[in-house]
Amino acid sequence: MFNLNKKDLSLLIIVAVLTLFAPFILNPFPAGSAMAQFNAGYPDLMQRFVIFGIFAIGFNILFGLTGYLSFGHAAFLGVGSYAAVWMFKLLSMNVIPAILLAVIVSGLFSLLIGFVSLRRSGIYFSILTLAFAQMMFALAYSVLTPITGGETGLQLALNDPRILGVSQTAEGNIPVPGLFGLEMRDSADLVIGGWVFTFNVGYYFCALVLLASFYLAIRIFRSPFGMMLRAVKSNQQRMNYTGLNTRPYTLAAFVISGMYAGLAGGLMASMDPLAGAERMQWTASGEVVLMTILGGAGTLIGPVLGAGFIKYFENIFSKINDNVLHSWFSFLPDGLEDAVVFIIHPFIGKGWHLTLGILFMLVVIFLPGGLVEGGQRIRSWLKNRKTKDNGSASHETNPAE
Amino acid sequence: MDAIILQILNGLDKGSAYALIALGLTLIFGTLGVVNFAHGALFMIGAFCAVTLSRILTLSHTIIDETQKDFLGNPLKVEVPYVHDMFGQATGDAIIDWAVPLSVLFAIPIMILVGVVMERGLIKHFYKRPHADQILVTFGLAIVLQEVIKYFYGANPIPTPAPAAFKGSLDFGAMLGFDPNLIIYPYWRIIYFGFAAVIIGGVFAFLQFTTFGMVVRAGMADRETVGLLGINIDKRFTIMFGIAAAVAGLAGVMYTPINSPNYHMGMDFLVLSFVVVVVGGMGSLPGAVLAGFLLGVLESFASMREVIDIIPGINQIIIYLVAIIILLTRPRGLMGRKGVMED
Amino acid sequence: MSKLDVSRRGLLRTGAVAGAGLALPTIFTAQSAHAFTNEPTGGTVTLGFNVPQTGPYADEGADELRAYELAVEHLNGGGDGGMMNTFSSKALQGNGILGKKVQYVTGDTQTKSDAARASAKSMIEKDGAIMITGGSSSGVAVAVQALCQEAGVIFMAGLTHSNDTTGKDKRANGFRHFFNSYMSGAALAPVLANAYGKDRKAYHLTADYNWGYTTEEAVKSSTEAMGWDTVAAVKTPLTQTDFSSYIAPVLQSGADTLVLNHYGGNMVNSLTNAVQFGLRDKQVNGKDFQIVVPLYSRLMAKGAGANVKGIFGSTNWHWTLQDEGSKAFVRSFGTKYGFPPSQAAHTTYVQTLLYADAVERAGSFAPCAVAEALEDYEFDGLGNGKTLYRGADHQCFKDVLVVKGKENPTSEFDLLEIVEVTPVEQVTYAPDHPQFSGGALGTCNNGA
Repeated sequence: MFNLNKKDLSLLIIVAVLTLFAPFILNPFPAGSAMAQFNAGYPDLMQRFVIFGIFAIGFNILFGLTGYLSFGHAAFLGVGSYAAVWMFKLLSMNVIPAILLAVIVSGLFSLLIGFVSLRRSGIYFSILTLAFAQMMFALAYSVLTPITGGETGLQLALNDPRILGVSQTAEGNIPVPGLFGLEMRDSADLVIGGWVFTFNVGYYFCALVLLASFYLAIRIFRSPFGMMLRAVKSNQQRMNYTGLNTRPYTLAAFVISGMYAGLAGGLMASMDPLAGAERMQWTASGEVVLMTILGGAGTLIGPVLGAGFIKYFENIFSKINDNVLHSWFSFLPDGLEDAVVFIIHPFIGKGWHLTLGILFMLVVIFLPGGLVEGGQRIRSWLKNRKTKDNGSASHETNPAE
Repeated sequence: MDAIILQILNGLDKGSAYALIALGLTLIFGTLGVVNFAHGALFMIGAFCAVTLSRILTLSHTIIDETQKDFLGNPLKVEVPYVHDMFGQATGDAIIDWAVPLSVLFAIPIMILVGVVMERGLIKHFYKRPHADQILVTFGLAIVLQEVIKYFYGANPIPTPAPAAFKGSLDFGAMLGFDPNLIIYPYWRIIYFGFAAVIIGGVFAFLQFTTFGMVVRAGMADRETVGLLGINIDKRFTIMFGIAAAVAGLAGVMYTPINSPNYHMGMDFLVLSFVVVVVGGMGSLPGAVLAGFLLGVLESFASMREVIDIIPGINQIIIYLVAIIILLTRPRGLMGRKGVMED
Repeated sequence: MSKLDVSRRGLLRTGAVAGAGLALPTIFTAQSAHAFTNEPTGGTVTLGFNVPQTGPYADEGADELRAYELAVEHLNGGGDGGMMNTFSSKALQGNGILGKKVQYVTGDTQTKSDAARASAKSMIEKDGAIMITGGSSSGVAVAVQALCQEAGVIFMAGLTHSNDTTGKDKRANGFRHFFNSYMSGAALAPVLANAYGKDRKAYHLTADYNWGYTTEEAVKSSTEAMGWDTVAAVKTPLTQTDFSSYIAPVLQSGADTLVLNHYGGNMVNSLTNAVQFGLRDKQVNGKDFQIVVPLYSRLMAKGAGANVKGIFGSTNWHWTLQDEGSKAFVRSFGTKYGFPPSQAAHTTYVQTLLYADAVERAGSFAPCAVAEALEDYEFDGLGNGKTLYRGADHQCFKDVLVVKGKENPTSEFDLLEIVEVTPVEQVTYAPDHPQFSGGALGTCNNGA
């Protein structure tokens, strides 16, 4: 099916199941319980998981296949969001034209920047992309304020033209992004016992886009074009000596991954119609690098896992405060409760950066292949245990002499 | 004319900070082949050595002064530093006043120790790993280090003034025959420039004129052969890492009177110092120094009112623009060797 | 279900019908079952405190959080009641809000508009927060304010000083107690003219983003009205740490006053650099060279250390004020935490009380009812004298403090002294003032 081999098809099906049932999977704890703090199944975070997943998948097409480490990919995401918000301001609140323009504009930017940056390789390429992205961030934040909104970000206003839509709703509010009448922020709740599961239109829209992007990524990975890119990674010089010009291939990979970033940016603006310059800062570019490496560079599913991992920490751990801690450990005697809270305190709330930094180090030190390798190790460990169990069982039936 | 001289002075001063950080960074890359994203954090730790020493010197006990009231109407608690008890008020104050220069001595052993521990404890395991892994692990370390500092010292900048003797500025213009007050330059910044020159000269002399330095240079060129000669090159490289850490740390110590140190000052310099290293050529020591000063001077020129009026926003992007131009016209940086870090 | 419209409600009803069709009528509920977003149904009500916990403004955020916790304590009847006792409105009983116990959730804005919106959204979507408050920069305030408008909850701005928050980016669901750039300029200019004379040449260094622009414009126009001359205004990058190359040419320009339109780390560094260059020891045009910082905060003063001595600026509130409200607040904050509160703590504490009071007076948590109760509401006893929450732009009008760095501080919190309390009349402006033009409040949104 879909022209995929069995392994890839099962991977695609796993991803499809995970994303479609995410509202259940991410809300394992009953609402109102102490552990509900760890629930991630609310629309905004689910959308973020998926959007950054798309961003990381695209980044991986460049980095995972060709080995070119771009340190400025967030710029394309930022350009995509600006394009989408401008579309909302000028044309209509329909997300389709906004996302299309986002992909096109980011594609053009990546074509230009890629064309220049790909003249160099290694760390020189990284610094070139970084320099372009930092320039775009600095200008967007300051002198380009009339186009980008600067510090406050580009926002919708009541007096925007929106030639195919309305400037404001009947109630006098700014209209919200939608898909032919379906509003992105619409949700419905399913209450089962103490559990509340939220189904959000925007999330499912993003999820479908993610599945399409993931499928496309699989096809690229398995295509002759993907093979060519891998060959560039393993030995570009040899490729050149065989008389083959690799530049068009790497440039194509760069533009594709830039368009993925623009798609993510357009989706981000569609879920929340604001585009801020910080999206293009080097730390944002660094984040997608971290997501990809953390999850497992060069693997299909790794970047998505990495994106989820980082966004989960950012959104869940930063919201745990001492008050919450005290409520968790209130069953302990007073002195012990305070001691436990005191020990955990530096790692939560305002200390979530510290936790994340430690986790980066632990993952890189012990799992060089990222989270995917972690999964593989667990699987092989389970398999080994099984065979060992069988082995020992058979051993018992044949006692030694 | 006076405006140009002034901006050259500014550029040299800024450049000396860039050059010092980039020097350590490129030294680590040249010897160990490691891309160290935690190098900015070393600069920051150096600055906090100065903060710590001045905290130690002002360690105090409280006396309750019944005659004064605090903001809640309780008797005022007055802090009396122990150095006042030990050396008397005048000498005690003088010691506190000289905290930053004293920190140089305090910081050298600490920074070397931090560097060696870092190399032996963590970096060592990453020599054979891809550069991306090195970046990730050192970036994680940088976050951890700065969060630890933030936990103890807070997020707000901490004022760490220079000794009173170095307050104020030198009327450089008057010495050159211009009108007074046209070209003035703070004494401490002049000292910073001199200090940087001494450190840079020291590192070069050490590598050039000592046996140790000769072995290290040989190791940088061909690590395997030097190892085959029966020389324990790893140990020497560890020491070089300690020295690089000390250079970054000292740059940080002396920088504290220029800008109040805060926990994220290392990150602020990180991207910039990488640009400096790459523009200079990865692994090239003279390249790093040259690029540091060059970018410092260009940045200063770009911030002139006359220039911004012609090209708005140029002060925001000049560093990156220069990096792009140099990398496109001189692929290996100003003084880099061919084929370094190109795969 | 008389007609099928494909609007938001329509979809949800269809969802509910589909649910009914699947014989799950009781468990499948649309979120629009409530009259407004996050209508509190149990015995508690949740407020969202969204402050910077990481990044350069983390200390400011920590102080805001302390004030919020104190306000919640007082609202629930704990502690000594603080400013609830001096507040002119007596609607608050110390039994929570409308009898519901106040709970809160916290989040990290990271001083980035994206992160701030993500954090606010999670409070609204996941924790059911009925009101969002906090922030330590105008970019974040404007971004979160727009989000709250869209989601249908009230936003009570924390520390935000840009004119835009209640100017071109104002929103019907957003309210600001803090003062703004225009007020800083209007309050400072007469004091400066008094202290330094009407014949001054000013050189502006301005942070290159929205807040910097509005502050430069405000200070420039009000000092020029006093007879000052603006020699030059130079934009500096937000990411700048060493300002030497911007400060060194100041003397060459013939200016005798330097205005630093910088905030936070930028201000600490630029002021430190300016003092380092010895500008304040110089004489230009026969006058002593002076430096002015339009917006002061105590944390910035602390970061710049001795460099702030004798330098004028403005502030929203200071703990040395001697009115009953301020004294009560300083007493309860100081008793709980051991040091006096900052202006960020004050404005966030006041905003929380004002919100709770408005709900009590409105008798409802519905954002539109609360907004109506806040609009054109006059109150006293919260530290800045008689104050008006103007309905036309949701900005508070109250006295503004002009302060000066203290020469002989007695503690690390005693860094500023009040020079003048500028009466509210002097800082009031028309809602359609050119510095605030563009944008419209729109109509309030109950969401859901």
